[in-house]
Amino acid sequence: MVASLEISRVPSSFTPASRLWLIVLVLSMSAGADRLAIGQVPSVPAPPPTRFMVVLDAAHGGDDTGGKLSDGQPEKAFTLALSVRLRSLLGARGMQVITTRESDSAVDLNRRVEIANHANAQACLSLHASESGTGIHLFVSSLPPAPSPEGVRFLAWKTAQSAWVTRSLALAGVLNSVLLHAGMTVTLGRTALPAVDSMSCPAVAIEVAPETAAAGVQGQPSTSQLNDPAYQARVAEELAAALLEWRTDAGRTEATQP
Amino acid sequence: MISRFQTVLFCILLAASIVMGGVLWHLRDRAHQRLVAGEDSAPTSAPTVAPAEQATLLVANDADSSMLAQVQSLPLPQDPGARARAILGKLLDLYAAPNATHPVQGGAASVGQTNPHAESRRAHNEPAQTQPAASPAAANGPEMAVVNLTSAFVASHPSGIESETLTLLSICGTLHANLPQVTQVRFLVDGRSRPTLAGHADLTRTYLAAEADNTEAQHP
Repeated sequence: MVASLEISRVPSSFTPASRLWLIVLVLSMSAGADRLAIGQVPSVPAPPPTRFMVVLDAAHGGDDTGGKLSDGQPEKAFTLALSVRLRSLLGARGMQVITTRESDSAVDLNRRVEIANHANAQACLSLHASESGTGIHLFVSSLPPAPSPEGVRFLAWKTAQSAWVTRSLALAGVLNSVLLHAGMTVTLGRTALPAVDSMSCPAVAIEVAPETAAAGVQGQPSTSQLNDPAYQARVAEELAAALLEWRTDAGRTEATQP
Repeated sequence: MISRFQTVLFCILLAASIVMGGVLWHLRDRAHQRLVAGEDSAPTSAPTVAPAEQATLLVANDADSSMLAQVQSLPLPQDPGARARAILGKLLDLYAAPNATHPVQGGAASVGQTNPHAESRRAHNEPAQTQPAASPAAANGPEMAVVNLTSAFVASHPSGIESETLTLLSICGTLHANLPQVTQVRFLVDGRSRPTLAGHADLTRTYLAAEADNTEAQHP
């Protein structure tokens, strides 16, 4: 029916060959429309599973010691230890991990950003530690959100994260949810960090502080210090669990997209 | 009998003495004039003490990453730059006090200058260290405040994302709460740009004061 209507509108000036091609085209379009109308999915091959890449940025290093923790340990040593531990846990969960440093070496901020941006990662975590505050502090860039990265061809170096702020907030939400579920104290905030502001991936700065738990049965509040190996392991485990959930969420989002 | 040579020598010495006396008299007069001029520039009336006014300070708290508004009564000058500096000095005095909720050494002396500028001046790329916009007309428009911190304050500031962010946000929020025309804040250290406050928070970017003021409600 559709084809006959379309053919009747073909100008008489068309050559017979042109008319034939036009008929074939209209018939194929009408057939496709019929398939879609009855709910059939075109037989498009399923896309191969996308790799899930995580970038771990152990802050500071080399001459840049970062803050000084209570036991005299520099922040750079804590962040490196956490990065190594987290890389191992994520690798065991089938994720590809890229780290910005593997030893006590100075890595320029721009170099860190280059590593993260070239990786085209699904999550970029900047790892920090501090003695002030309690629990885990999650920070997302305070840049205002810009249009989605798909629609942006050029990103300014110092504000590249603005195109990813919405995704970064979603990543921080997943981290927050998992950490809270594990009974940890979490603080969410926005900040201006030069490295994170230049990253073109969902990026969250994670600052680990001593954890002070509420008074238990004994009536004494317990404090987990940064140099406590059990606390470090717990933090790494929960971060790995959160990234696993983030990967699941990301896969679910891709599956629902046409 | 006095020889001719001795007479001539006596005359020369006498003339030299008279000339030297004249020069000394002239120098004395000049010194006196300078002294009189100095006395004229000395204050002849006691300085007026600015009346105490209510100022709202956004005080950071490291324990729960919050910022709470505190109303303090302190003498505030009318000049916007001096007013901002007095308010920030009080805020940093609170941080330098024992048992502070957000301990940072330095106190009021940590703020070198605080210059609110008219936004129009910034648009014309005028240098940052211009004079404060003191006229009421300029005070009504959006302004950028340039806070000049001392290197001693920055050197003694605790390192950490949360700690540094709270310091900057509390300064921005306090400025906006008391000088609503201040919408943007930039930070210098000893008059120069510096990458970060203490290794984390970016000091090269322009902070939106209104956002910092609203952060009080966003933090748990």
